[in-house]
Order: sequence, then structure tokens, then C-alpha cells
Amino acid sequence: MNLFTTQAGNQKRTVLRVEDVWKSYDDGTIEVLKGVNFDAIEGQSVALCGPSGCGKSTLLHLFGGLDAPDRGRVSVNGIEVNRHRNLLRLLREEVGFVFQLHNLIPDLTLAENCLIPTVAAGIDHRTARARLMQLTERTGLTHRLDQRIQKLSGGERQRTALCRALMNKPKILLADEPTGSLDEQSSGVVFDLLLDLVATEGVTLVMATHDRSLAMRCDRLLKMHDGRIHEPVSA
Amino acid sequence: MIFLKLIVTNLRRHRIRSFISVAGIAFSVAAMLTVVTILQGAIGMFSGILSNDSEMIVFERNVSDLFFSNVPASAAEQIASWPMVSHADPVLFGIVSSAGHPIITCFGVTAADARIRKATWIAGDKLSFAQHADDVVLGERAAEFLGAKLGDHVPIGHGVFHVIGILKTANGFEDGGVFMPLSAAQSFFHKEGTSSVVTIKLGNKDDAASFKAMVKAKFANLIALENAEFTRSYSQFRILKSTAWAVGGCGLLMGGLGVANTMIMSVFTRIREIAILRVNGFSQVQIAAMIFGESAVVSMLGAVLGLLSGTCLLFALKLVPALHGYIDVTIQPVVMLIVILLALLTGIAGALYPAVYAMRLKAVEALRFE
Repeated sequence: MNLFTTQAGNQKRTVLRVEDVWKSYDDGTIEVLKGVNFDAIEGQSVALCGPSGCGKSTLLHLFGGLDAPDRGRVSVNGIEVNRHRNLLRLLREEVGFVFQLHNLIPDLTLAENCLIPTVAAGIDHRTARARLMQLTERTGLTHRLDQRIQKLSGGERQRTALCRALMNKPKILLADEPTGSLDEQSSGVVFDLLLDLVATEGVTLVMATHDRSLAMRCDRLLKMHDGRIHEPVSA
Repeated sequence: MIFLKLIVTNLRRHRIRSFISVAGIAFSVAAMLTVVTILQGAIGMFSGILSNDSEMIVFERNVSDLFFSNVPASAAEQIASWPMVSHADPVLFGIVSSAGHPIITCFGVTAADARIRKATWIAGDKLSFAQHADDVVLGERAAEFLGAKLGDHVPIGHGVFHVIGILKTANGFEDGGVFMPLSAAQSFFHKEGTSSVVTIKLGNKDDAASFKAMVKAKFANLIALENAEFTRSYSQFRILKSTAWAVGGCGLLMGGLGVANTMIMSVFTRIREIAILRVNGFSQVQIAAMIFGESAVVSMLGAVLGLLSGTCLLFALKLVPALHGYIDVTIQPVVMLIVILLALLTGIAGALYPAVYAMRLKAVEALRFE
């Protein structure tokens, strides 16, 4: 049931399933999502495009269990989110978040910021440190490990946020305008790295973005409009 | 390690606010320690007067203040004759005032009393005590504040007395007191034929229970207690102790409000940070532990600083000439432990609301918080 056959004939698992999800704010006066249906398979990169306020961020928050739908169901690896125990497990093991603003803790160093998810999940320090070294090497941040966040450039901060999101080896990476606060050059570097990492780590990427050129580089491009995913466009 | 750093980071981030909170707790702890220790010391000194070369005390049953206790001389004489009693010393307490000195404690004692026999006389001869009705012996500090020396006549209360000796004692009450012959004191305080208490030294301490039973059987209106038992049960001591802890507790409550304020500010100024931790898998319990940890650090630093400054204050007070002998800087470990525990509990109570608030924060809303 959770298997999906690709065009190449490979069978891949559905890791994220969204079924008839509705969401509104202000006691139903602002309807943001109006019956969204959506599946993502493992290792796939999916771009969600659409104008501001169309519900992209809301949808990502629902995927990560940060918010609950009014109606409908969101499942990750077959388990429904928004049930307390699942939610903690989801945030610790299944899902990683990257936001437009890096959302790092300024008084901690790069390494300490990256290690936060491992502290939350109770992963032993040696294993966590090894994973940190692996990711910072991939993102070119090894020489900045003991630097405080204030001393890092915008691109470095976003790469740090990417490392932090991947520390606990999540199955799904939810990225909300991950390059939205960066200049064009840094944006390209970070996005290349993002795609490279999700490909090698086998992570499913769901990314909300305004940038159509970046969106076109994902496996799937979905357009959001009027609270629905309207037209799957092959990238 | 990172968890600890998350706790400490916020305290370092707002150094002045953290310092004020620590200072608030420290001040409260120092106040509590000082008040409790001074009153415990005072209680110890008063107990010391009673337990001087004795292990039991006989006084009037159901009186709340020993100054109002009346033990008939006949009862004291009878008790002294019991075979189990090594010696029985009647003591009459009185308080008088003198020009410039509102409170002077007077002790009416016999010449055989240990307070006279075993004291260090720095002037006069102990054998001359109780030869004349207007003779008095002064404690060293009493002689100092009355400006009296050996042979002088000093006005005390409504009488004038001849100073026949000055003695030195480590007990503040005795050192600042006046010793009169028992009969003179009875006459002076209009308590002829009675004493306030009779202090008892037994030949064998194991006879304490049978002594108490005998007093109960022979004198219905008297009661005998062992010194430790008396210290525990005497209502004036209990009132003093309760007052000390209540005053200290009020101080600590103020400190607790300071911690609560700091912790509320701490949570409100990092709502977004708490949301980030939640998004990265921190549970509600971990968030609460971080907030409580922060308040525990504030409380512990405050407690340590308070204990140090309280101890210094006590030593400083001890050096004040007017308080000589009244301050006993023996800080009981149990008092220290209670003060530390109270400081910690205050910190935890202060962090309760902020912790619950932080636990209930919805990450998705908090992430929008600027």
C-alpha cells in the first residue's frame, strides 16, 4: 500500500502522505488549506511553489507536526502525526527543519547548535560528534566548529542550520524558503549542497520556495493556489 | 554539557538581571541565617544559664515565661534533701532598668551557686558574696555599661547597690547581668520566699526519670524537665524560633519573587529560542528542566553567597562591643541545610509559572514571535 513504482520500475516507499487536509485560522474565517492531497516517496525532492499566503509554510508545519489540521490526516512512514508520543519521535527521528531564517541559538557555537537535536534525542556524545564531523566536512564548515553563530556569514549560518536538520538522520527534510534570506551566490551554494546532501543521505526533501529556478531542479514541482495543490508539473 | 550551557548561557546573557536575582536570594539567605543564628544563640545562652553545672530544672507548671514562675523555698529545700540530688540551686530572675539602660537582667542566687563559685572573678572575692543585702556582683559588660568598678555604688532599678565583684563569663546574658544574693533579690522583686527556678544536679544522671516522677508526685504545681527537654518545649523559645524562621521566610519569599521575575523575563525574551528547541526535538520536560535548572543555579549561587555574607555579618556583629557575648557564631549544620533547601525550593517555586508557560508554548506560534 505504501509502495510506489517509479518510471524506472523501482519500487519506493511512500514516506509522507497527506489526505484531504484542511486548515483555517481565526475560527475558520481564513481558510488556508482546502482539502490538500499529496504523497512523497523516499529520496524524492519536492518543491512547493506559490504566492505568499497560499499555505506553503502551513503545509510544511503540518508535515512536521508543528501544527494540527482541522480535518484530514498527515502520516509519516505510515504513522499519523499530531499524537503526542508520535510527535516527539517524529521531530527527533523522522523530520528535520530548515527555515528561511537560520533559527540558530546565537550564544552557542556552530558545533553546539548542531548537537542540539542529538541532546534532545539522547544520542551519545561520541556518535553525535562523529555525525557532526561527517556533516560539517560535507558542508565545508569543519574549520568553523568552535565559532559562535554571530561570527558566521549568512551562507555559513544556513549551512549550519542544514547540518543541524540532518544530525539525527531524518527521513524527511522540510525546508521553508531555505535560501530566501541569502544573496544569489550564497543561495546557489546552499541549494547545491542541499540537493547533494538529500541525494546522498537518501532523504525526502519537501521545500517551499518562491524561486522557480531552484524549484525546477527538484524531482517534482507542485504549485499551490487557493489552498490546494493544483497541478503537478514534471520538473 | 550543551544542556548545561543552555542553562548558563541565558544567565550570562542578562548578567545584571541574573546578578540582581542572585543578590536577592543571597540577601534573604543572609538575613535568615543571621536572624536564626542570633536567636538560636540567645536561646542557647539562656539555656546555658539554666544548665550551668546542672542537668535538670524545676519550675512552676503551666507558666509560659520563667520570669513569672514561683517555686516555694520550702520545695527547693525539700528537693535539695533528696538522696538522688547532688545539689539544688534556687535562682530568681528579674529585669530592671537603669538610667540609659532599659533592660538589665538580675539573677538572685545563693553563695553556693555554680554561677558564683565557678565564674572567673576579675575583681573582688567570691567568698564575700551574699554578706550584705545591698551587695551585687556585676558581669564584665554590665560593669562597663554602668561605668562601675569594684567598691562603687551603682543605681539599679529603684535601689543603689554596692559592687563587691566583677566576673567574666562567655554567656552574654550573664556578662551583661547583675548577681544579687537570693534573699536580697526576693525582697527587691517582691517575691519573698520563692525563686523562679531550681536548677538540679543529680548524683547519677540515670535518676532523671525517677526525679521527675518524684517532683510530680510531691508538688502538683511544679514540673521537672531535663535541660534539653526544657529547651525543646519552653514556649518562649518556640515563639522565638518560629519568629526567626518566619522573618527569614519572609525574606526568602521576597527573594523568590525576584527569581520568579527573572525567570518570567528569561522565558519571554527567548520564546523563539524555546520554539527552536521544541522543533529540534526537545520535550516539554526537557524545556521545563532547562528553566528549573536556570532557577536552581540562581538559587544555589544566592545560597552560597548568602551563607558566606551571613557568616561574615555574624562575625562582624560579634565584634561590636555593645553585642559582646550576645552573638554566638556557631552556625548549626541543620540550619545551613534548611536555609539551602529553602533557597532551592524558593527558586523552584519562582520558576514554576515560567516553566509551565514555556512547556505550553506552541512552536509554530513561537517561531513567528519577534
